[in-house]
Amino acid sequence: MPDATVRELTYGDAVREAIAEEMRRDPRVFLIGEDVAEAGHPFKTLVGLVQEFGTDRIIDTPISEPGYAGIGVGAAMTGMRPVVDVMFGDFITLTMDQMVNQAAKVHYMSGGKIKVPIVFRTTLGATRRSAAQHSQSLHAWVSHVPGLKVVLPSGPYEAKGLMKTAIRDDSPVVIFEDKMMYRVKGPVPAEDYTIPFGVAKVTRTGRDITIVATSSMVQVALGAATLLEEIGISAEVIDPRTTAPLDKQALIDSVKKTSRAIVVDEGYERYGITAEIASVIAEGAFYHLDAPVKRIGAMDVPVPFSPVLEDLTVPSSSMVFEAAKALCRKA
Amino acid sequence: MTTQAREPRMELEQHLHMYRQMAKIRAFEEQVNELYKSAKMPGLAHLYVGEEAVAVGVCEALHRDDFITSTHRGHGHCLAKGASVNRMFAELLGKEPGYCRGKGGSMHIADPETGNLGANAIVGGSAGIATGAALSAKMRGSGQVAVCFFGDGALGQGLLYEVMNMAALWKLPVIYICENNLYGEYTPCGDTVAGEVLARARAFGIHAESVDGQDVQLVHATMRRLVDRARRGEGPAFLECKTYRYYGHHVGDVNREYRTREEEREWMTGRDPLQTLAGRLTEQGLADASVFERIQTDVKTEIDGGVQYALAAPYPDPSQVDEDVYA
Repeated sequence: MPDATVRELTYGDAVREAIAEEMRRDPRVFLIGEDVAEAGHPFKTLVGLVQEFGTDRIIDTPISEPGYAGIGVGAAMTGMRPVVDVMFGDFITLTMDQMVNQAAKVHYMSGGKIKVPIVFRTTLGATRRSAAQHSQSLHAWVSHVPGLKVVLPSGPYEAKGLMKTAIRDDSPVVIFEDKMMYRVKGPVPAEDYTIPFGVAKVTRTGRDITIVATSSMVQVALGAATLLEEIGISAEVIDPRTTAPLDKQALIDSVKKTSRAIVVDEGYERYGITAEIASVIAEGAFYHLDAPVKRIGAMDVPVPFSPVLEDLTVPSSSMVFEAAKALCRKA
Repeated sequence: MTTQAREPRMELEQHLHMYRQMAKIRAFEEQVNELYKSAKMPGLAHLYVGEEAVAVGVCEALHRDDFITSTHRGHGHCLAKGASVNRMFAELLGKEPGYCRGKGGSMHIADPETGNLGANAIVGGSAGIATGAALSAKMRGSGQVAVCFFGDGALGQGLLYEVMNMAALWKLPVIYICENNLYGEYTPCGDTVAGEVLARARAFGIHAESVDGQDVQLVHATMRRLVDRARRGEGPAFLECKTYRYYGHHVGDVNREYRTREEEREWMTGRDPLQTLAGRLTEQGLADASVFERIQTDVKTEIDGGVQYALAAPYPDPSQVDEDVYA
């Protein structure tokens, strides 16, 4: 029987609902960034918040990413719980010092005396025809840094539950929302719920191969799994949901069962998330593997503008399908 | 006793207290240099000797719960805001009872109990933090102000101008203290700073002043005005304090080829902040040499005790290496 409290919400609405609920629950929570108030954010994910919470808590800034990121860090160190909106993931290049040298290190450097409960909310994802400076998936960069937690919601349910967990966390959290998923709908409970960090979700169970997929690549992996089923390959799809902390055990356990693994992520393949997860699997499940771990990331090129070129650079269901077939020797 | 009769006496007490604080910072830093030279201190330190009147004049105008952010040359700020000598030395030696349990060291001392949000080893890196602390104070209605210490070197950092713009737009209770000691690391600021320093702040509509940073009474009086303004909701201010570091960029910079010994002598003999204050109070007949000698003796005892405490203190247990990465 369907749960009456579970509605269909878009990914964008799920994000907004999470932020609004947390702002109602905790007066220390506020949101700061570019075009977040009256404009409701260029992706329209924040529409209506300023009407409810006012400009004291939904704060429009100048186009000064390092500046307002730093202001967020200082506010977090002194009793507030800011959500800092970095419009495009590509712009974390501008906020890196505040994220990496300040937010990530303050708690440790102060011997555990100063907490930095801050959420950096930003995006990833290509194929929006936005070219090289508005299309990158740079979550591997911050996943590299001790002190930061990194969250990759793969659907509306995760978008709400992980955002709430992030806002309640006492450590700095960076959330990468897939900008191509804002209009994707899915079931989202109306009641309060959170999703713990560091707990992977088995999105689809299977026997023959494990596909580890992050963010929107979960949909790509599920598409591949459907194709694989038609040729008799049973694929398990696992979504780590957070890259830091990473639920290593769930990944290793799955591969011990299936003996084959593909890792799919929209970040650059070189030195990326896929490399880290592949090595976790290789170290943890080596004697159970029947084939090398396969990585599929974004092509190592600046994201091109022309649709004909751009579509070549991101992982697709057919790429994952072909790779899985090859690993299972069904080519 | 009437208020009028009491005030000068209180003022004298405050001035002697400021002398004591400056003497403590100087003795602390001289001792740090000794610890470095005798290889008892790991790493390096950037000494504040010569600049004492800035930290003391500024911090004496603040409440205990007002915020400061500090710099790589930060020991003076920490002490002036009320840090204990024992725990400062312990941190410099990487010991467990240090302010950061030995995880921060010279350039990262933080002490939230005295409002010290931490020294920062990224030049200008704390401008955002101080401004954010001011936003937080305003949002919480706490009446606190935030002070951002930085050197002339930080005038080259874009972050400073971004946050000054927002502080002015939002009338935040933050005071930017530019400690202009004439050199950014090894380079004279004349080679790196174009135009007028104060004009940079004034371009945002920020109230800006420049003072002799070697005159602690002047720094303090100016600062009291700026703090009052900020607490009244009249917005941020920018105070340039002209000062001089007696040592090099850090303890290992002993040759200082980039400046002349003559220039150093002029600052050290003619404009020393401790001598200036002691001379003035003596001249005014408010104190005599014995008063200052007694303070120096007290300070020496405190510093010697602090060093002994830190040398004897335990190192952190190896198990602590991965503690506190996350809150």
